[in-house]
Amino acid sequence: MIFNGKLVLEDGSEFRGVLIGAKLAKSEVGEVVFNTSMVGYQEILSDPSYCDQIICMTYPLIGNYGVSEEFFESRDIFCKGLIVKDICSYPSHFSNDKTLESLLKEKELCGLTNVDTRALTKKLREHGTIKGMVVSINKDTSEVVAKLKNSVLEKQVSKVSFSGEQIFETRGAEKHIVLYDFGSKNNILENLKKSYKVTVVPFDTSFKRIKEINPDGICLSNGPGDPEELQDVIGVVKQLQEEYPIFGICLGHQLLALANGAKTEKMLYGHRGGNHPVKDLETGKVYISSQNHGYVVTDDSLEQANLIPWFINVNDKTVEGIKVKDKAAISVQFHPEHCPGPRDTNFLFNEFKKLMES
Amino acid sequence: MKKYKKVLVIGSGPIIIGQAAEFDYSGSQCLQVLKELGIKSILINSNPATIMTDETMADVVYLEPITDEFVKKIVIKERPDAVLSSFGGQTALNISKSLAESGFFSKYNVDVLGSNLETIKTAEDRFLFREKMMMMGIAVPEGQIVSTMEKGAEVLKEYGLPLIIRPAYTLGGAGGGLVHTEEEFHEILSKGLHLSSITQCLVEKSIAGYKEVEYEVIRDRDDNTVIICNMENIDPVGIHTGDSIVIAPSQTLSDTDYQNLRDLSINVVKALKIEGACNVQLALDPHSKDCIIIEVNPRVSRSSALASKATGYPIAKISTFIALGQCLDEIINPITGKTYASFEPSIDYIVSKIPRWPFDKFHTANRKLGSQMKATGEVMALGRTFEESFLKAVRSLELKYDHLQDPYFTGWNKEELLDYIAKQDDRRIFAVTEFLRIGGDLEVIYEKTMIDRFFLNKFLKIIKVEQRLAKEELDENFLYYVKSLGFTSSAIARFSHIPIEEVEKKLETYKISPVVKLVDSCAAEFPAVTPYFYQTYEQYDEFEAEPEKKIAIIGSGPIRIGQGIEFDYSCVHSLLACRKRGYKTIMINNNPETCSTDFSMSDRLYFEPLFNEDVLNILKREKPEGVIVQFGGQTSINLAQEIHDAGFKILGTTIENISKSEDRKQFEKLLDDQAINRPIALTLSSRDELDSILPQLVFPVMVRPSFVLGGQFMEIIHEEDDLRQYLKQDILINDDAPLLLDQYIEGLEIEVDGISDGENVCIPGIMEHIERAGVHSGDSMAVYPPVRLFDNVKETVIEMTTKLAKALSIKGIFNIQYMYKKGKVYVIEVNPRASRTVPFLSKMTGISMAQAATDLMLGANFHDIGLVNGLYKTPDFFSVKVPVFSFDKLIGVEPALGPEMKSTGEVIGRDKSLSLALYKGLLAAGIELPHYGNVLFTLSDRDKDETIDLVEKFERLGFLLHATEGTAKYIKDKTGFDVKVVPKIGSAEYNLENYILDGKLDAIINTLSKGKKSNTDGFYLRRAAMERKIPCFTSIDTARVFADVIEYRKKQEMSV
Repeated sequence: MIFNGKLVLEDGSEFRGVLIGAKLAKSEVGEVVFNTSMVGYQEILSDPSYCDQIICMTYPLIGNYGVSEEFFESRDIFCKGLIVKDICSYPSHFSNDKTLESLLKEKELCGLTNVDTRALTKKLREHGTIKGMVVSINKDTSEVVAKLKNSVLEKQVSKVSFSGEQIFETRGAEKHIVLYDFGSKNNILENLKKSYKVTVVPFDTSFKRIKEINPDGICLSNGPGDPEELQDVIGVVKQLQEEYPIFGICLGHQLLALANGAKTEKMLYGHRGGNHPVKDLETGKVYISSQNHGYVVTDDSLEQANLIPWFINVNDKTVEGIKVKDKAAISVQFHPEHCPGPRDTNFLFNEFKKLMES
Repeated sequence: MKKYKKVLVIGSGPIIIGQAAEFDYSGSQCLQVLKELGIKSILINSNPATIMTDETMADVVYLEPITDEFVKKIVIKERPDAVLSSFGGQTALNISKSLAESGFFSKYNVDVLGSNLETIKTAEDRFLFREKMMMMGIAVPEGQIVSTMEKGAEVLKEYGLPLIIRPAYTLGGAGGGLVHTEEEFHEILSKGLHLSSITQCLVEKSIAGYKEVEYEVIRDRDDNTVIICNMENIDPVGIHTGDSIVIAPSQTLSDTDYQNLRDLSINVVKALKIEGACNVQLALDPHSKDCIIIEVNPRVSRSSALASKATGYPIAKISTFIALGQCLDEIINPITGKTYASFEPSIDYIVSKIPRWPFDKFHTANRKLGSQMKATGEVMALGRTFEESFLKAVRSLELKYDHLQDPYFTGWNKEELLDYIAKQDDRRIFAVTEFLRIGGDLEVIYEKTMIDRFFLNKFLKIIKVEQRLAKEELDENFLYYVKSLGFTSSAIARFSHIPIEEVEKKLETYKISPVVKLVDSCAAEFPAVTPYFYQTYEQYDEFEAEPEKKIAIIGSGPIRIGQGIEFDYSCVHSLLACRKRGYKTIMINNNPETCSTDFSMSDRLYFEPLFNEDVLNILKREKPEGVIVQFGGQTSINLAQEIHDAGFKILGTTIENISKSEDRKQFEKLLDDQAINRPIALTLSSRDELDSILPQLVFPVMVRPSFVLGGQFMEIIHEEDDLRQYLKQDILINDDAPLLLDQYIEGLEIEVDGISDGENVCIPGIMEHIERAGVHSGDSMAVYPPVRLFDNVKETVIEMTTKLAKALSIKGIFNIQYMYKKGKVYVIEVNPRASRTVPFLSKMTGISMAQAATDLMLGANFHDIGLVNGLYKTPDFFSVKVPVFSFDKLIGVEPALGPEMKSTGEVIGRDKSLSLALYKGLLAAGIELPHYGNVLFTLSDRDKDETIDLVEKFERLGFLLHATEGTAKYIKDKTGFDVKVVPKIGSAEYNLENYILDGKLDAIINTLSKGKKSNTDGFYLRRAAMERKIPCFTSIDTARVFADVIEYRKKQEMSV
């Protein structure tokens, strides 16, 4: 083993490793984040919410069960890199189609293995999320830092949202749902398809167009980036909530909050993993949730925005779910559709159903 | 939520296979929580060698037998308002169930905390459990409940072979197993029905080959449920999880698999309404998503201890809070101090657990692994790669492995190895790797073992690196890589064909050394406050040098025969003493079951192999002021020299003096210089020397190889021929490790533990052994204070002890074994370290010996800490330490007592009179005490004369005398008693075998005729008796105590 690559961060720190995946020419700047899920690397890589990010997996052995068609959460991979401790060259699983590394190559994604991912995680925890890039070990660090400083990462939703409308008919479905695709994970659609006819629409779909579709409810999907960039969408959500029951997930949750006048802010290093406890303030019950977000709705902005806190994070007490007062609109910061992660909160799709029925 | 003021905690009793030190750890955590919450705790546990029975742990400690009768007495006396029974294994649960069912607890207003009775019954009763699962639509292995042999035959006919038999309500799967033949089926089913307290077995179709996965679940009364850890057994379904090599977290499960099993576990725990910890065992088809639930354990368990140490999440502690009514989101996670208990740990290292089996001591045991657990302990290791974690676990076993390679298999061909692998025994993993090493096909192994290819490929990777080492130059990059895969320097040297010094030099030149990483339960997401560490080879270090004075304590490793929980007890006390004196403590150990590896016990815990390289690396980083090696048994003593040579200060007795007592020649000289008697001792450095030493030999002689623990290969030999036979065994004999031949004096054994500062010597107590010399001291019943020693003998013992301690400049603790015969006291051995009687004696005398010894090592004044020269004051009650064995779990092991230690644990009996103390001791040890019935004698000629009085006693007590032919004749001739002759095994239609199998005997006294050949009738007799739980005594001394106790009990009865 020879360390032939490194991850350089904007502050000049470096983490050496062995290059995996695409040739370095394909390497791109990304925001480095860590995820603490011990399984589900393929779902994470293919989650569009990681657009423009370089993912560091905290669990050391990644790729153990290979890659399977079944586990993709979107049509492509939008993240900018993968950092692991030990990538598995000999995966073993009955559903295994190929190695993780071959997927990286196929998707032209650069990565590093044999990295001290724990040290990197600590760095991110202390410093906060930071830009970085995978480069050759011999590359001059100051050059990379300059490049990182000059690069701007934005407008991710427009990069990941599917451009056309797609309709999914479901036999026997009585209701019709519009799923706003801000970078939706497949499993949101899968969950909705179980009971409803679903029309997936691009992120910039107008209120007028929704009126034409005339759905029974709206689901605002997850997605990447800073929600405040999406001012037009926020305006549309404001109108939508007057007419339709709404269920927001992750970015969708943040947009619903902003549409009502609440505020969002960037977190130091976000929540990414499958072990975050959230508490339902109505029942007092605690659920373990799957999470992936770098922005959060600030809790002191809820009251003036007519929002009722619904879920909070048990660890840092941040807002994890809201209900809009006097409206049929609810949202959660975490991922009830899971994939990867625990399914404890999957029942929330039922809450959405109840909302439409009431 | 009800506020409890006084809670009774039931412990698990002696260490036996299937119920070991993990319950001391969980029980101690439970008591700590009660203390934190200001709840008065009452504890019952018969095992003195535990931290939980320390006076400081519970408010009131009852070292009494854990039986219905005693628990009732305690409840009536103490009137607790609740009982906690989910921390004492199956023992506690069974008692609690029985007292709850009989209405006793409700009569005395005692709430049963934790899961309710109904829940426990459903979880443990295979029939109810299966029904419940099927109602919920959860797959269970196809099977049927069987209560009779007839029904068993029907099921056999319906399903065909192979089948799995699981008796209900037995410990560690006792009596069950996978059966391949009809004969096996009938044998195991009959035994299983007998062992099951409700005469019930489950007969299942085999799902051998499925992946075996465990989930550790915690649920609170609000139905909040979290998974603490999941674990994947490398050995697929078919081998008891306690005997399986286990990896945490699971390695070959996709997110879908993981969540499917997670959901299943949670659903089951919720449906059963379990409150607190629960272990769920599941099977996953490697070829599909099919999963099956195998069983649940509705309490803390060995697995929960492992999961706690693997993740840092203190399951027992949190379970106690839950049992008292708190909810997960209200309990702070003690490892971060910030987050709450209601989260699921995420770990960023790989955990390997390998069981530690007793087959290095039990050569004749059947080593095959199956549904009956056989391991006595286990080791755990952490690493940032699988390879590193696994190799660390291998070298933690203390079986002389420095690598995943057993020299036993060197030179074997593929066919031989495959045959061996098919035996499915404890060394299978080494045969598997040897097969791969000589170029065997991985697929062949997969087909044979169903061990997942992921793991096999990891082993293959290790082997490929070995092969590269033989060919490639060991440059900086390569050496770093090999180190990051967990190779030891000695293994690297071996594969590279270079001296180890060269490897060490290269490491130094290239500045390659391990970094320290933290265990924090959250994969570095939050800052952790708990100092729990391991070493690995990576870019960044988390080590933070502290200016404080530090002391390192070397632990005792896995629980095995000869080195049990007693040593962990002493280590913990040494930690406490260091902390009290203002030192920061560093604990190094690898046993996940015990209290010493509870991160709250030390200031810095290193979960690392007790292997020289790993230990020295830690010491080099930590630079402690001193290292304590006196408490970790032979493990730490064996490391002393190297620690000393590396420039660290060994606290207490110097290395020179340690070797003076360990080295035979030096020791003899010491005794001679002090004019102290010793048995005539000779050594043999090679087999050829035998003839030259024969003239000096006095038979009988006790022979044993040097440097062994627990008396392995130790034998009493009466004549020359037997000695020649003995030497034919595969025993290493050379100049460095000569064979020791000691004159065997069949006298009274006396044991002394002492504490000294080199000038003053305190003897907390003298113990006398019930069994005469020849029975290993660890297997003898020990009585304190002694009853058969005259004052002048005691004086001599005190005098000799003082003299020896001074001569050896003992600083700290030591142990001396004496022999008394015909007015003479002989010294057998001096151990310059804590012995296994330290906890027993500490508790009985009130001197915390390990703490006092540590105080002295740290420079405290002998008198200031309350020690006195000579014998410490004697209490006005008697205490008996009774050994406990696990023979029922170990097929093929000779239950007869001898110079090799065989017991796995011990209990205490304590009372005002010796008879009562003995009674309690036997009761606590689980020996059934009949008041009348049939007693069988079958004696060797040598023992007949001195057994007559015992025969007479049994006759007097109203027992019906039975004997084998020769013995019967002798008894009749001597006493004229009516003795029923029982035909020898195999001799008549209805013979001794039938007597035993049909339960017609209530006690057996059988002394060994000659040697200890396992294939004799006597062996069969003892095994059969043991399996049928018939008290069987091979030492007349023990039998005499047994008779005395029966006599005493009978006197208490009312006469009519």
